[in-house]
Amino acid sequence: MKQSITLGKVTKFMGLGFLSTLKDLFTGKLDKEDFKNFLRKVFVPLASILLFIGLWHVGSKYLYNREADFKIEKALTDQGPAAAEAMRECIASGDISCQPNTLPSPSQVWDSYKSLLRDHNIISADKAAFIEKTATLNAKRIAEGKAPITYTGRPSFIDQIIMSLKTVFAGFLLALIIAVPIGVLIGLSPTLKSAFNWFVQIFKPVSPVVWYLLVFMIVKTILIDSNGDSSFIISFISVGLCSMWATLVNTAMGVSSVDKDYINVAKVLKLGPFQKVFKVILPSSLPLIFTGLKITLSVAWMVLIAIELLAQSPGLGLFVWEEFQNGANDSNSKIIVAMFVIGIIGFLLDRIMLTIQNAVSFNKNDGI
Amino acid sequence: MAYLELNNIYKTYGQGDHETEVLSNINLSIEEGEFVAIVGFTGSGKTTLVNLINGLLEPTKGEVLFKGEPVSGTSHERGVIFQNYSLLPWLTVGQNVFMAVKEAFPKKSKKELNELVAEYVEMVSLTPAINKRPKELSGGMRQRVAVARALSMKPEMIIMDEPLGALDALTRGNLQDEILNIWGKDKRTALLITNDVDEGLYMADRIIPLKPGPNATLGPEFKIDIERPRDKTELNDNMNFKETRNAIIEYLMNIGDERKSQAREEFVLPDLSPKDFVNQFK
Repeated sequence: MKQSITLGKVTKFMGLGFLSTLKDLFTGKLDKEDFKNFLRKVFVPLASILLFIGLWHVGSKYLYNREADFKIEKALTDQGPAAAEAMRECIASGDISCQPNTLPSPSQVWDSYKSLLRDHNIISADKAAFIEKTATLNAKRIAEGKAPITYTGRPSFIDQIIMSLKTVFAGFLLALIIAVPIGVLIGLSPTLKSAFNWFVQIFKPVSPVVWYLLVFMIVKTILIDSNGDSSFIISFISVGLCSMWATLVNTAMGVSSVDKDYINVAKVLKLGPFQKVFKVILPSSLPLIFTGLKITLSVAWMVLIAIELLAQSPGLGLFVWEEFQNGANDSNSKIIVAMFVIGIIGFLLDRIMLTIQNAVSFNKNDGI
Repeated sequence: MAYLELNNIYKTYGQGDHETEVLSNINLSIEEGEFVAIVGFTGSGKTTLVNLINGLLEPTKGEVLFKGEPVSGTSHERGVIFQNYSLLPWLTVGQNVFMAVKEAFPKKSKKELNELVAEYVEMVSLTPAINKRPKELSGGMRQRVAVARALSMKPEMIIMDEPLGALDALTRGNLQDEILNIWGKDKRTALLITNDVDEGLYMADRIIPLKPGPNATLGPEFKIDIERPRDKTELNDNMNFKETRNAIIEYLMNIGDERKSQAREEFVLPDLSPKDFVNQFK
């Protein structure tokens, strides 16, 4: 008998149970008890979001006024009443040249978000036009054995998000490839465990910045002959090395703490060492391995921003840093947009991992 | 020579001051085709004894002989049914059994192996559940899978470690009959460890009580001369059954009383008083 998969089950499985409550509301299947639940699950979060935006609005207004008052005061003491009056008018008129530079209000952030999208549309149209224009020329160049001409314009905000995701996945894969096999070996053999333990304990707490510098030293020398941009390689390796420890430790723990009953089964059935690892030990430690991978992915996303900033590798981290250095009147609100994008993507990545984790997990006492 | 022989077995855990002797001076011999039950209190070292016989543990002193050869490590010749089923929760019923047959008969083709799996799953009447995982099964069904897994390797001897301990009385009765049926077909040698005297009386040819540990050792054996197949309701009126049952229970009760009187033993505490540490600071 196969169990049917419904929307409700899928959303609940992903930890998004409130979506099915929302569906029940519109299909009229909600009774009184469910309605209370609905209020708690949908209304309360919405209300707290609104409250958050309200507080933010009030706070930014206050900061804006404080900064404006200070500017006027300063003009008064430095240059006299006429200059102060001019400054007051200038600020009131909304002129860009004299706007106070402080925490942007929610509406400014929303405007910046829209302008970033517009910017993306312009850039992608430009890029498409460029590709169309160079299509015949590139075909000719490839036929002649020359490198094709590529678009070298500024990346848009969306391009940078995609670059960041690429870096984080490359780093995550690197962490997976390194940490899971080593974790399994450490978990299986107490000798290897004592050989590696000092290494894990010392390198685990090292800061992302130091990892970046270490990777930079090594990769720079290895790639000394190439003219290409090594910043992507450096940043994804740093991300991988920073974030792999959770997986390493969890895998080793999962493998070394397999239920004794399962080991006895493997012994009684006389499984060979290979079969024992792949048929008994790995499946039984999968839940813990995935817990580790989930932590690894969220750590990878968190350190990515700092590492991109240091490595000058294109992505959200670099975007934030460049906007900060830029100091344009909408830079602050673009930084806040990036902050929300980073947060939301981090949340989604976490949910994806949680879904996979739920799919591979089993209750430890299921077979007993 | 006996089929399975235990000679002067001692088993201790720990070392030095922490050493505890769980089993001492165990002597047992089982003939081919015999069904022997060992009855004992919980915590008396029954599982240790089973693990010594199936090869998961080695005795500290003495030797375990199986068909005249000393036991070293586990073997497919001795199938084990564990107390807590020990199915692998990530495999289905069929896969759990398949894993065992694949190890036991590495030369058989996949088709033959699958036929074997189907045969043994059918034997414990779980064919409708062959694609289910252990968590979807009841306790009795899980134990039936464990029975199928152990038997599918065609062991010459079946060792059962309180196989029905965690089940309710009704399921228990049914499974007892099922195990007896399967055993009756090809009369393999069987060793049943249990804490239920009635279960031993109903199923076994011989019952041997295990005096509780530490220093657990086997008591005198009780033969059960009741013809098979046995009928549970008729058994209650069988004089032979009543006498044996009373004798075993009396024996076990006496052990229990002995243990209680031992527990009352007094320990004299050394004459100590707290150190006067106030003077230390003067």
